[in-house]
Amino acid sequence: MQLPIYLDYSATTPVDPRVVDAMIPWLRDHFGNPASRSHAYGWEAEKAVETARENVAALVNCDPRELIWTSGATESINLALKGAAHFYKDKGKHLVTVKTEHKATLDTMRELEREGFEVTYLDVETDGLLDLAKLEAALRPDTSVVSVMFVNNEIGVIQDIPAIGEMCRSRGIIFHVDAAQATGKVVVDLGQLKVDLMSFSAHKTYGPKGVGALFVRRKPRVRLEAQMHGGGHERGLRSGTLPTHQIVGMGEAFRIAREEMATENERIRMLRDRLWAGLSQIEQVYLNGDFERRVPHNLNVSFNFVEGESLIMAIKDVAVSSGSACTSASLEPSYVLRALGRSDELAHSSIRFTVGRFTTQEEIDYTISLVTRQVARLREMSPLWEMYKDGVDLNSVQWAAH
Amino acid sequence: MAYSSKVIDHYENPRNVGSFDKGDDSIGTGMVGAPACGDVMKLQIRVNERGIIEDARFKTYGCGSAIASSSLVTEWVKGRTLEEAAKIRNTQIAEELALPPVKIHCSILAEDAIKAAVEDYRRKHGQLEQQAEPKAA
Repeated sequence: MQLPIYLDYSATTPVDPRVVDAMIPWLRDHFGNPASRSHAYGWEAEKAVETARENVAALVNCDPRELIWTSGATESINLALKGAAHFYKDKGKHLVTVKTEHKATLDTMRELEREGFEVTYLDVETDGLLDLAKLEAALRPDTSVVSVMFVNNEIGVIQDIPAIGEMCRSRGIIFHVDAAQATGKVVVDLGQLKVDLMSFSAHKTYGPKGVGALFVRRKPRVRLEAQMHGGGHERGLRSGTLPTHQIVGMGEAFRIAREEMATENERIRMLRDRLWAGLSQIEQVYLNGDFERRVPHNLNVSFNFVEGESLIMAIKDVAVSSGSACTSASLEPSYVLRALGRSDELAHSSIRFTVGRFTTQEEIDYTISLVTRQVARLREMSPLWEMYKDGVDLNSVQWAAH
Repeated sequence: MAYSSKVIDHYENPRNVGSFDKGDDSIGTGMVGAPACGDVMKLQIRVNERGIIEDARFKTYGCGSAIASSSLVTEWVKGRTLEEAAKIRNTQIAEELALPPVKIHCSILAEDAIKAAVEDYRRKHGQLEQQAEPKAA
């Protein structure tokens, strides 16, 4: 068993060796520019790009012509939101999103606010899911775009995209979905979903970093204002020479996902459930987010009375991430967990475990044992644990906020 | 975040973890911080009749730097008088542990914990001078 054990598959996945093998020739030998129309170097590169486009389209059941290559989900989200908000600004300047979205969405919305758009940020329920009645109540005649993520990156909950799609379509509102964390985890069927724009990333689904795609629906047609200008690539929506090897990698990664996700997800779910079965034996442990409407590989747990960053340090043989942003310059706990109504203490005490294609049962068992030992060690050091054991109600204590 | 070797040493082998009886007359207890902010430190000192800190204990809820800062100050206060202990500055702690700027608050909390423990001991012994300098808000 190789240490540290990688349990941070929602941050990024290793590139599948089959994907690497598919990419290499497009770096080493076939270097042509897919936009070169005058020779065989360009033609073969263009063919590879179009095959990859078909593979990505097949996973999400759309027409390959509805996909635009980008540098990743962040760029896709920027293009979708800014592009649609700008194009449809005469219809209205009101946008709707959710407080637990990824920063790529939230920061883009903030930028649009600076440009004069009005944005409604919806709360979620304690299980992390959106209350559709609250969404419906937020929609106005001048609402032009709604953006909701398919799968939350921190707690892994799955929003009701079909229902939100119906709600938006019937009102003529453009609906964008950030699906960066969804591909290969849940079935994405754009033939059924009433979604107008959808953002994808390669590196969360065993592809390379630096490439993604944006789905732009043709029927009914969705228009965007381009954000990147240049050679008119990707039907003028995203100029810039296409990175053939990256695109081939994304295509291969999504092809594998389509073929293997059904069996793979069952195995991953079994490992995740085994991890939770082990960790939930520890006293004062809380699962964050709904357990049922959740992707199979995510477990987000708060270990009460233990601070997340110190726990991460204590379990350094396991690579995970913390909901506590004490690791960065700000001392604020995860805004996602706060949005669930979790107390600051529990938000500070959370760890996200995400398992994946290369996780083994041995690694899960090692993790359970290590976390159990280290939580006990840190609690022995925790004044809050001592007070809890002495029967002190921590909410009754007058803390000096600092 | 990359921690200094001193932080890692204190974190992995914390000195003087534990608790003294709060009610004991020779014990001063300081508890600072708040769970909502992500760190709480409890520092206790045992003071002899000559006013010298003979022993110290801590318990800390917080990041690695917070645990290391409190572990370090339990070592530093031992053998000092109350006056000397109260003069320990956060900058000394931050320097010793090579804390990065985002972790300076951990050293401030440790300094506050010493002051609170000393103050608690003095309060118990009626030594709290009223002419103490006004506290900054």
